[in-house]
Amino acid sequence: MEMISQKNFLISEVLNLAQGESYSSTVTEDLKVLRNEKIEKPIIFVGAGTCGLGAGADKTLLAIKEYLLTNKIDVDIIETGCIGLCSSEPLMDIQIPGKNRISFEKVTHDLVIPILSTVLWHNIIPEKNVLGQFTTGENEQWDNVDNISDHPFFKPQNRIVLQNCGIRNPISIEEYIAAGGYRSFLNMLKTYSPAEICDKVELSGLRGRGGGGFPAGKKWKFALNTESDQRYLVCNADEGDPGAFMDRAVIEGDPHRLIEGMAIAAFAITATKSYVYIRAEYPLALKRLNIAIEQAKEYGLIGKNIFGSGVDFEIKIKMGAGAFVCGEETALIHSIEGKRGMPRPRPPFPASQGLFGKPTIINNVETLANIPTIIEKGEDWYASIGTEKSKGTKVFALSGKVALTGLVEIPMGTTVREVIFDIAGGIKGGKKFKAVQIGGPSGGCITEENLDIPIDYDSLLEVGAMMGSGGLVVMDEDTCMVDVAKFFMDFIQRESCGKCIPCREGTRRMLEILEDITHKPANGGSHPALKRFKGITQIEKLAKVIKETSLCGLGQTAPNPVLSTLKWFRNEYEEHIFERVCDAGVCTELRTFTIDVDNCIGCMLCVKKCPTGAIIGAKKTPHFIVQDKCISCGSCELACKFDAILIN
Amino acid sequence: MKDRTEEILNKYANADRDSLIPILQEVQDIDGWLSETALTSIGNHLGIPVSKVYGVATFYNQFRFHPNGKFHIQVCRGTACHVLGSATVLEELQRKLKINVGETTKDGLFSLEIVACIGTCGLAPVININGNFHAGVTAESLDGIIDSYKEKINN
Repeated sequence: MEMISQKNFLISEVLNLAQGESYSSTVTEDLKVLRNEKIEKPIIFVGAGTCGLGAGADKTLLAIKEYLLTNKIDVDIIETGCIGLCSSEPLMDIQIPGKNRISFEKVTHDLVIPILSTVLWHNIIPEKNVLGQFTTGENEQWDNVDNISDHPFFKPQNRIVLQNCGIRNPISIEEYIAAGGYRSFLNMLKTYSPAEICDKVELSGLRGRGGGGFPAGKKWKFALNTESDQRYLVCNADEGDPGAFMDRAVIEGDPHRLIEGMAIAAFAITATKSYVYIRAEYPLALKRLNIAIEQAKEYGLIGKNIFGSGVDFEIKIKMGAGAFVCGEETALIHSIEGKRGMPRPRPPFPASQGLFGKPTIINNVETLANIPTIIEKGEDWYASIGTEKSKGTKVFALSGKVALTGLVEIPMGTTVREVIFDIAGGIKGGKKFKAVQIGGPSGGCITEENLDIPIDYDSLLEVGAMMGSGGLVVMDEDTCMVDVAKFFMDFIQRESCGKCIPCREGTRRMLEILEDITHKPANGGSHPALKRFKGITQIEKLAKVIKETSLCGLGQTAPNPVLSTLKWFRNEYEEHIFERVCDAGVCTELRTFTIDVDNCIGCMLCVKKCPTGAIIGAKKTPHFIVQDKCISCGSCELACKFDAILIN
Repeated sequence: MKDRTEEILNKYANADRDSLIPILQEVQDIDGWLSETALTSIGNHLGIPVSKVYGVATFYNQFRFHPNGKFHIQVCRGTACHVLGSATVLEELQRKLKINVGETTKDGLFSLEIVACIGTCGLAPVININGNFHAGVTAESLDGIIDSYKEKINN
């Protein structure tokens, strides 16, 4: 079908259909074509999200195009988003007419020709690099190839938010509509009132996925019930939490789902204007979102009087400018208004007085991406997934020292152990699990003994962690927990906006204490060990003050990583303080350097390189390191050509 | 440079305060950085004191007040990258290029910046040079990466 006729067909035969009305048989067949279930020529899908491109998908794409050109094969190429299995990138799927789509992993550019030639010319599946096959409509199964839904990484997942990511063409509104998209939005416009939609979402039990976990429907009602001539909806896509990338993946892989979710949310709070506040660090997400918004406008799904309903809705994109604190609601509002992104005291909450002083609802990408399915399948269906107080699914970004990294969407209540050992395949390289950091700089860590807790908002809080936006960074025996705490503190103190003193000064003092512990002072004063010990008793007091007196969520949760590591790994802190060793070998300054007198020929090279003058010795006689002066920088080791520097 | 700023400002006729950050972003996109003259004309255009414009611009990590190198290196310092050794990568880069974070090499080829998280945690540690991602970077593999960019200049 031509583009114009496709559009007319989809609008008249699909989008304008009344609720419950089913398609005629010819329409059903046409939709199969649009969904790529019935195809006439082969299709090659390449996972071209930012993660795929980082792993070399761009080179793979070039190799595919070159191969098709030289062999004069007519094949469609579709660039999808990320299916979530980042460690297997680049991913390439092939679908030939009449057969199921089949997915190949780790397809670097040199593997393109061997795989394409066996599949396209001989209809044979090569033995290596096969990830699995998708059930694609009524097409024929490949023999001896596992179904991808049986893959250990995908099997325990329940994909709602990520259902199209990596599978459908993200910038084809036709495919999204053919798969049922935008119908819940249009049906809703005809059937329900805004208050009814708020009720539905409240009953579904959906809680904010950005970290706070506030019931979404309840928040919407606050805005709906505040008198005003204008209300705003803001989608928070300022995913600043280091270690989380689900929002990027959703926007890159399924932007229309976000737009539909926003359209429904805007209707529920009667907002005619909305903003997407997105990080400038996500250029690809930005590009695809812009394309998707233009497509939705062409179809009349965004704009004035949508499908004759009298409802107006517009989306504007605002690019963030790199400030972590702008994830906080009031700071984000200031940033959109063109001011410094600093938070202000609440109340008044943005739901009653937000952007430009009007009632404003700010929801995270993942929260909004859940909405279309809740409306489509009903609040009871959604509430049947998950635990008593945490409904639905949650997307987690798995990274760090696990065998498989990427995005997983699991029902609430799945245990941490299942996620790390069943889905992610355990620790990389057979090392020993130490902890998993959840919730980023506001969260805490979960240790071996708590691995069996179910993942939901409340259980995580009980063990001193929090859901946060869903970053899971796995650490093994080679990770130093003091260093991790220091890393987060360094991040927070850099990102603190500076408005309130407890956060601005407190986080800096906490960082200094941690630096004292992990650094080796060249001049330690009279009682360096006592100072370090005092520091650690003060850090707990300081943490309490920061938590209780900071203005916004950033400060109130800033001490969490330190408190959490101190709670579970106090022994590591003590080792650093008293024995001055770092077992994991991460805190390099705690290494002890000595000179092997047998190997040292007295060349004086290290003496010249030592920045603190800690090495003494004369020419042609073995040198000696004065430990009190040594700062363990390692310059001597780099300088030495005779392997005479020993490190413990 | 001034004309280009004017061109951007003309697109934002009758703009309000909320256009300030988009304008700053657009100017930086074209010039690569924000000059004093650019900040002044933006302030004049929007009717905001230049001190306020500067206040906003310095608040956000994205804005730069001196030109970048030909190849701008962003080192990801997210959690996953940190756990997998991005601190060593950063140190090695500083040693190799003989610059600190926020500086540009004397030959104007490379500049160095740290970013909070690029969002490709599955491929950590990651560096991004002019939009090209390099995954699983180690201190050893840096040589090859830096050299490949130097070669681009020579060719």
